[in-house]
Amino acid sequence: MSVIYVLLAISISVAIVFFAAFVLSVKSGQYDDAYTPSVRMLFEDELLPDSKNSTDEKEIKLTKSTNQ
Amino acid sequence: MSASKCYHCGDDCNRTKVFFDEKEFCCNGCKTVYEIFTTNGLSNFYDIEERAGTAPNEIQRKYDFLENQDIVEKLVAFNDEGVQVVNLSIPSIHCSSCIWVLENLNRLNESITSSQVNFPKKTIRVTYTINDFSLKRLVLMLSSIGYEPYISLDEYNKKERKVDRSLTYKLGVAGFAFGNVMLFSFPEYFEVEEFWLDQYKLVFRWLMFAFSLPVVFYAGSGYFVSAYKGLRSKLLNIDVPIALGILTLFLRSTVDIIFDLGSGFFDSLTGLVFFLLLGKFFQQKTYSFLSFERDYKSYFPIAVTKLNKNGDEENIQIYKIKIGDRLLIRSNEIIPVDCILIKGMAEIDYSFVTGESQAVFRQSGEKLFAGGKQLSGVLEVEVLKSVSQSYLTQLWGNSVFAKDKMTAFQTLTDSIGKRFTIGVLTIAFIATAFWLFHMPSMALNVFTAVLIIACPCAIALAAPFTLGNMLRIFGKNKFYLKNTNVIERLAKIDTTIFDKTGTITTTEKDTILYEGVALTEAETALLKTTLRASNHPLSRSLYEILQSNAIMTLDEFQEHTGKGIEGRSKKHSIKVGSASYVGSNPSNTIASTAVYVSSDENYKGCFVFKNKYRQGVGKLFRSLGEHMQLGILSGDNDGEKQQLKKILPENTDLLFNQKPENKLEYIKGLQKERNVLMVGDGLNDAGALAQSDVGISVSENINVFSPACDAILDASVLSKLPLFIKMSRKSIQVIKLSFLLSLCYNVVGLYFAVTGQLQPVVAAILMPLSSISIVVFTTLFTNILGRKIKINES
Repeated sequence: MSVIYVLLAISISVAIVFFAAFVLSVKSGQYDDAYTPSVRMLFEDELLPDSKNSTDEKEIKLTKSTNQ
Repeated sequence: MSASKCYHCGDDCNRTKVFFDEKEFCCNGCKTVYEIFTTNGLSNFYDIEERAGTAPNEIQRKYDFLENQDIVEKLVAFNDEGVQVVNLSIPSIHCSSCIWVLENLNRLNESITSSQVNFPKKTIRVTYTINDFSLKRLVLMLSSIGYEPYISLDEYNKKERKVDRSLTYKLGVAGFAFGNVMLFSFPEYFEVEEFWLDQYKLVFRWLMFAFSLPVVFYAGSGYFVSAYKGLRSKLLNIDVPIALGILTLFLRSTVDIIFDLGSGFFDSLTGLVFFLLLGKFFQQKTYSFLSFERDYKSYFPIAVTKLNKNGDEENIQIYKIKIGDRLLIRSNEIIPVDCILIKGMAEIDYSFVTGESQAVFRQSGEKLFAGGKQLSGVLEVEVLKSVSQSYLTQLWGNSVFAKDKMTAFQTLTDSIGKRFTIGVLTIAFIATAFWLFHMPSMALNVFTAVLIIACPCAIALAAPFTLGNMLRIFGKNKFYLKNTNVIERLAKIDTTIFDKTGTITTTEKDTILYEGVALTEAETALLKTTLRASNHPLSRSLYEILQSNAIMTLDEFQEHTGKGIEGRSKKHSIKVGSASYVGSNPSNTIASTAVYVSSDENYKGCFVFKNKYRQGVGKLFRSLGEHMQLGILSGDNDGEKQQLKKILPENTDLLFNQKPENKLEYIKGLQKERNVLMVGDGLNDAGALAQSDVGISVSENINVFSPACDAILDASVLSKLPLFIKMSRKSIQVIKLSFLLSLCYNVVGLYFAVTGQLQPVVAAILMPLSSISIVVFTTLFTNILGRKIKINES
């Protein structure tokens, strides 16, 4: 058995793995929206953490106002 | 007052300025949104983009229909075990701040588990639990922060659209195979007589064969189908020689490797399919946030309030409206069906249906038509016809809406393809006959070689790349086309028909002229004060232009719906309204909309409302008039006829009082000998837009609404229309030039083929070379053309 068969098998299977990865990523809808993720990744800790406690009562207020 | 900008939405703060938290807001709505954001830790909204907000609209009871579970069921994408997922379209999404705040919706209500924005499509996907939350609450919450979702009849029954990704898969398969086959065939290009290479030649060849199988039978399948369909309808489209080329390449290569005649053309085969698909992919640019297929459904509400016999109000779905039902129409609601007015004063804006810009008044007992918008007050109506039978909606029953303009049009590529196929087949047969005579063993070789080398890859690529690139350039200039086919049709236009209202006139302010005895300052002040109390659209526009700062208190104010208004202050009274109400004869010379004024029962004069034309309309007509016939089709009265005649070239047809069907028939009549471009805006133009060769819809806000059309043009660039038409013609020339170029390649290739010297390596060089040079050529040329648009701008 020549080593070339082994090499061919390896190279082709590596290629096929990448191809499968491509198909899967298309299937999952990764390429449907190519813009929003580019913006989303820049957001992180913008939420103001300390206001959470005081928020609860305000939230009730908001809920009331939208409930009219 | 210095013009300060609202901290939330960036509009000018005019009369109603609100101070809050040391910031200025243009209205209470904006202030409230700011409050909501800051109290929920979302104040960073204002740091990501400045003044990025949208002022919330008054919504009142607009979304009551979302209490109806049947309707909710149809709207949500997923509904199980207390969890609902819904996709909502939000036209006001416009910046990164929007994305940020909408993806942090759970800060506003804990029932929302996740929300994800699709920015290009301007949609949001929200997952929430329905324990103490509902779709209605979600919609109200979004509206309260200025992101009112757009829910129309169109959404009802709409299944989540399956995204067609097959082209991406095919491109992936072809690209994958192309790369691998290239590597495998590389050693044989050099024809090295080496023991080591010779020994494994067969392995490599069969591997290439294996890789080409999915390319031919999956990635290239579209070409076989299209060629077969073309042949069956006796058309020689461009896909016929392509399919023939692919098939010959595959069969010849397979035979070659079986009988060890050579390495085959698998590299050219996979490369060809890859490049062709690349062209298709490039052409497939779509504007996902725009819809070119809208009909009345996107404009109609999803549900209306029905009055039951015992007086209960119930929200019912529009399709469930039956003849004889009593409906409640609130102000700013659309009347969904033809009906008879029972109770209330109707003031209906039919501008979308008829193009008539002025609201009409109707009294109880009169008939109302579907598509009108009630402007003020609540109406009670009795249904005469169901939705699909109503006057406006019947228009969509016309067969033009079922016609696909694309299939009816023969593209330049296809018309070339026909001659090309005949030419190639002739050459192939002559060459084969010649070789049969001289050296029969070469005949088959030559025959297949001709078919292989003449495969019109470059020709098939010229149009997609030229037009696809042009489509993008147009898009950057705010001219959005449905597909590349529109450019080819646009290049053939020789007649342009315009709608008037909303297309060449602005929808914003009218110009108002005063005719009659000049009013004194006191009278003007009284008039302005009186107008202030009225909500009529004409009163409001008149109020805006009157120059007076004195604000009086009225002792008496009366509004006679459909007639006019009366105001009294101290001894003086003023009447504004229709001619008969004020006590004057309607002026004969004026067919336009006019408001008459009398002071202390003495007739003073009238304010004439004239349409205001968009900037550059005169220039637009002049430059278009040089090349083609123009025309105006208006649903409005002929009050503007003289005005229009001045700015239009001579011999222009001016037609007024045109109903939607009239417009359609008129275009149809013109089309017997001409290629017609229709430029319109409203639903009343929908028929004409569908009938015309190219229908362009002009829109001031491209996100809001435009009827089904081939292209959407931003109103601000209307004056550039002649330039766009010129560019379309230029791009057709570019395609023709690249056809010539690719023919040169074909001649060179045919020389090799006919003389029987076509080696795989020659094909492997010639094919990609011709394809790539065509792509470079067309892209370069269209970009130069695109730059011209920019230069003209400055």
